[in-house]
Amino acid sequence: MAHFITSPAPHVHSGNSVRRNMLLVILALLPAYVVSVIEFGLGALITALISVAVCVLTEWLISRFLLKEHSQTIGDLSAVLTGLLLAFNLPSNLEWWIVVIGAVVAIGVGKMTFGGLGQNPFNPALVGRVFLLISFPAQMTTWPLAKGFETSYLDAETGATPLYFLKHIMKTNDGSVIDQLPALRDAFLGAMGGSLGEVCALALILGGLFLICTRVITWHIPVSIIATVALFAWIATPDCMAPQTFIAYQLLSGGLMLGAFFMATDYVTSPMTAWGKIIFGVGIGFIMMVIRTWGAYPEGMSFAILIMNACVPLLNKFRPQRFGEPKK
Amino acid sequence: MKTFHLGGVHPQDNKQFSAHQPITECPLPKQAIIPLVQHIGAPTQPVVEVGAKVKVGQLLAKAGGFVSANIASPVSGTVTKIGDWTDAWGAPGQAVFIDVEGDEWLPEIDRTPDLARQCTLEPKAIIDKISAAGIVGLGGACFPTHVKLLPPPGKKAEVLIINGVECEPYLTCDHQLMLEHGEEIIIGIEILKKALGVDRAIIGIENNKQDAIAHMSKLAQAKLGIEVQPLKLKYPQGGEKQLIDACIGRQVPSGALPIEVGAVVDNVATVFAIYEAVQKNKPLISRVMTVTGKNVAKPGNYLVRFGTPIDEVIELAGGVPTHTGKIIGGGPMMGRAMDHTEEMPANKRLSGLLFLDEKESVRPEEGNCIRCGKCVQACPMGLEPYLLQRMSELEMWDELEKHAIMDCIDCGCCVYTCPAHRRLLDGIRPGKAKVGAILRERAAANK
Repeated sequence: MAHFITSPAPHVHSGNSVRRNMLLVILALLPAYVVSVIEFGLGALITALISVAVCVLTEWLISRFLLKEHSQTIGDLSAVLTGLLLAFNLPSNLEWWIVVIGAVVAIGVGKMTFGGLGQNPFNPALVGRVFLLISFPAQMTTWPLAKGFETSYLDAETGATPLYFLKHIMKTNDGSVIDQLPALRDAFLGAMGGSLGEVCALALILGGLFLICTRVITWHIPVSIIATVALFAWIATPDCMAPQTFIAYQLLSGGLMLGAFFMATDYVTSPMTAWGKIIFGVGIGFIMMVIRTWGAYPEGMSFAILIMNACVPLLNKFRPQRFGEPKK
Repeated sequence: MKTFHLGGVHPQDNKQFSAHQPITECPLPKQAIIPLVQHIGAPTQPVVEVGAKVKVGQLLAKAGGFVSANIASPVSGTVTKIGDWTDAWGAPGQAVFIDVEGDEWLPEIDRTPDLARQCTLEPKAIIDKISAAGIVGLGGACFPTHVKLLPPPGKKAEVLIINGVECEPYLTCDHQLMLEHGEEIIIGIEILKKALGVDRAIIGIENNKQDAIAHMSKLAQAKLGIEVQPLKLKYPQGGEKQLIDACIGRQVPSGALPIEVGAVVDNVATVFAIYEAVQKNKPLISRVMTVTGKNVAKPGNYLVRFGTPIDEVIELAGGVPTHTGKIIGGGPMMGRAMDHTEEMPANKRLSGLLFLDEKESVRPEEGNCIRCGKCVQACPMGLEPYLLQRMSELEMWDELEKHAIMDCIDCGCCVYTCPAHRRLLDGIRPGKAKVGAILRERAAANK
């Protein structure tokens, strides 16, 4: 009697995979990365390379020698993505060994201690970044100015980012520093100081739209973050600025676009349902604006995302509307 | 274009292999094996004995209750055995074995191809005939049809919905039936409308079957109260609850039957069987089966008498292709992979045979859940499959009940869409079985 393969239905699959999703996110990050290399030069290349390499190596070493796992998860590209996202959140003139520490903490502490892919409560790249921010506050807040392609990146000219001026304006209502802000056009295209991958809003928005169109992410998180920030900024507009200008600067500076499209939408650390995602996004936007307005740091995107990451198990209680259930 | 509102996926329909293949009659077997359970509900009681001579259409086994269905003999010959038999999935059961001799039909059965348009029977007589003919839902669930036509007291059917969706990839038997027997189906619908006392019928057909939409629309044009509703391609649109939602925008509440929202749903193949039973006195003894797969030599739509060993149907389609990994009874989303084909007969439940090659047959390795929520987005019932699977593994029965595990329709959308290839249903199915048992126990205790 001939026996055939048996297994429960369904017998076909969409062909989607973790690797494909990670690859699409990496692809979506590339335009922003190209802008970074153009604006910040060699530093952007080296920092990203070190970060990715150390993330992958750390994951491999931990699963091989500490967890003694036979199957490796390197192939799913999630460590590559973590490395790239970490680099995007670092100044491009950071010393190499600081990048190494950040990458080891991101994967080692942020991801593998919880059991690897899918188990971590916090975004690993942000765990790495915040660890560095607290450990090396000076280096982490000295941003190179965008000066076109630089080869001598370590002594790149540094300066304050738009967020510094925005905070000053909000605190003192002093309109005299407004002209020190980059032109809105430059802020949109990425010709301003900031972390390696966060400066070019245009490239990040394009990448984000690509992810929404390819259904890797849904619109809920980015839209709710951006809308919340815009609303908050509108209400909190200082007298010396026009609301639309203030809103535009808030949206285009710092890690907002990078965070909204790429960091907050991390599958593992964001809610599963539409309403959960919307509340998650509103929370991030609100907390970030509270930090930007009253906090000690000029930027609060990383903290806002990490705080809302902690709320995800609770937000997952917002279950979807069931079939045939009366509308709540 | 209309469709259902929650979740769903878009698998490749792969209907090109057997689509538009004319319905071909499969020759009679030497020996027929007729299982005594071919429906959902109580098993049937055999009414013949070993050695008895039977004719085509003669009652072999009678319904074992209200929710059960008669089984008529699909062949003529001598009963040689009534006893143990094992199906293609290894489940034990009972079957009647008949040595086929000739093809002698009961005289009251009208075997001519002439259309019988007039039906003067009263609703009760129609339903009695459907019940006597042993008709069950041929869309897959095999629920006895007469039960649906007798709504519980206080409930009234308002609209009849005819399922011509055939949302399972690969299968084309319903499509071809609509093309070749559209007129019979329309008459069947009129009979059903009369039996139910409804004045509106909607035929739902997905837009990957444009010719069937056009054909049925043309036939329905002359009839009052029969409309064709083209539907946007999306799986599982053929699910009863999804189809009602798509056609009339009403959602059947959790745990309730379609009659709750005034709907009765029947598959086109079932309606064709109703036409034959009521107008031609022919009980349900055969059905159209799709035999398909990319390596099948002669994929097509075969009219098969029940009891015919599927090996003979497979031979007709060119034999088992080399490098076959899986033979699936039904479609690839909800069909069951057979262990073997020996002694497995065609029956009311088997809508098709699908051959997948070895490469397609192996499930990819499972990865960690990355909490992407795609299963939640895909679930047409609005459930949280990732959670149901985990809770099933942890045997959290009360929580599972609260999270509406009993609403799961087994459609497979969650597994289909999962990027980590999680086998969510492998966990959910046993959980659902256990919670179902607990609920029945509770209901029995409360009586």
